[in-house]
Amino acid sequence: MAYVDIKNVKIAGVAACVPSNVSENKETNIISKNEINKYIETVGVERKHWVKHDGSICTSDLCVKAAEKLLIDLAWAKDDINVLVFVCQTPDYKMPATACLIQERLALPTTCIAFDVNLGCSGFVYGLSIISGLLSSTNIKGLLLVGNTQSYYASPEDKSYYLLAGDAGCAIALEYNTVKQDVIQLNLKTMGAGKDFLIVPDGGFRNPVSMESFKMKEYEKGIKRSNLHLHMNGIEVFSFAISSVPKAFEELFEYFSIDPSKSDYLLIHQANKLICEKIRKKLKFEVERTPTNIKDFGNTSGTSIPLLMVTNLKKELETKPLNLLCAGFGIGLSWGTARITTDKIVVPELLFL
Amino acid sequence: MELQEFIEKFAAQFDETDASAFTPETEFKALDEWSSLTALSIISMVDEEYEVLLKGNDIVNAETIDDLYQIVKSKR
Repeated sequence: MAYVDIKNVKIAGVAACVPSNVSENKETNIISKNEINKYIETVGVERKHWVKHDGSICTSDLCVKAAEKLLIDLAWAKDDINVLVFVCQTPDYKMPATACLIQERLALPTTCIAFDVNLGCSGFVYGLSIISGLLSSTNIKGLLLVGNTQSYYASPEDKSYYLLAGDAGCAIALEYNTVKQDVIQLNLKTMGAGKDFLIVPDGGFRNPVSMESFKMKEYEKGIKRSNLHLHMNGIEVFSFAISSVPKAFEELFEYFSIDPSKSDYLLIHQANKLICEKIRKKLKFEVERTPTNIKDFGNTSGTSIPLLMVTNLKKELETKPLNLLCAGFGIGLSWGTARITTDKIVVPELLFL
Repeated sequence: MELQEFIEKFAAQFDETDASAFTPETEFKALDEWSSLTALSIISMVDEEYEVLLKGNDIVNAETIDDLYQIVKSKR
C-alpha cells in the first residue's frame, strides 16, 4: 500500500489560469436540444474554457501565467526555487520536457530540478506527493504546475468527451518548513488494466501515426473518433470511480486515523457531476462542504482540485487554517486520495489568458 | 430481491418512456430514451439499492431487463 506521510513541507499558495475563450455546450449541434439539457442536468457541464487549436496557447502558457502571479504575490525570489514539477499530458513538444522550457521562461536558476510527469486526472495528488517528497529533505522552495489543454484530444463528433473536456493550468507553491509544516497524507493507487478506458490510441511509439490514424470511425450513435482523439469508455470509468474512490478514502481514513467529519471541505476531481455526487453521498458529506465548478469549467483533469481552491475557496484559504480532503482519479487508471492542511495561503484571483 | 421491484427501480431512471414499456422481456437498449447517460443512472441505482457494482460488460451482455436482473442477482 502506497501511503505517503509528508513531513516538513508547507503549502504557501495556489493560482490558476484558464483560456478566456469559452465553448458553450448549449450551442453544440452534436446532440438535440432535449439531449443537451439532459446532459447538462446529469453530467453538469454547461460551458468550458478552451484554447484555440492553433498552438497559440499551450498548457505551459496557462501554468506560467499562474506561476508568475503567484510568485509576485508571495514575494518569493526566483533564485530560491529549486524544484519545478510539471504534470501534464499536453506538452509543448514531444521532447524536450516542457519543465525545462518553463525553467527558462520563469527565469528560475539553473540549480533547479525540473521534469515532466505524464499523468492526467490524478495529477494533483500525485504531483503533490512527488514535489513534497523532494522538498521534505532539502531546504528549498518549489513549484508544482498541473495543467492540460486536453480539448485538443476531443473529437468534434464525440458527444461523450467533446462536451466534457475543459482546459486549465495551475501553480502551487510549496516550501521546506520545519516550524509551520502542513499535513500532507496521501493514498496513491494504479490499475493499468483499465488503460483502454481512457486512451489516445495512436501517435505514440506503440502505434505510430499512419494514414489510418486519421480515419473517423463511428463507435455508437453520436460518437465518431479517429485514433488520434481521446477514446473514453464512460461506463467503465463511472463504475471504477464510484467504487474505487470511496474505497481509497476509507483506506486513507483508517491508515492515518482521520475523522472525515472534522475536515472542512471535500475536493473531488470534477470528473462528472453524477460521479461527484455519488462519492459525496458515500462519504456522507453535505453539499455545502463539497464545492463544485464543473458547470463553468468542465472536467479540467488534474487541475480541477487546485482550480476549485481558487474559484470556490479563495477567501477561506486566505483567512483561516483549513483541513481538506482531496480525490483525483482517471486516466491510467491512476487515482489517489489525500488529506492536506493549509494555513492562510496566498490565492490570487482566477487568471485568464 | 424481487424482479418486479427491480423493474420499477429500473423504470424510475427514465423520464419519458411510459412505465408500461418495462417488462422482464424489454430489450432496454432498444428504447428510444436509452443512452449512455441512462446506463450511468442504472449503474448508480444498482450500486445504491443492491450494493452491486455493474461493469461496462454487464450492460453489453444484458439484452433484456431480466438479463440484467439475473446479473445483479448473481453478483450479490
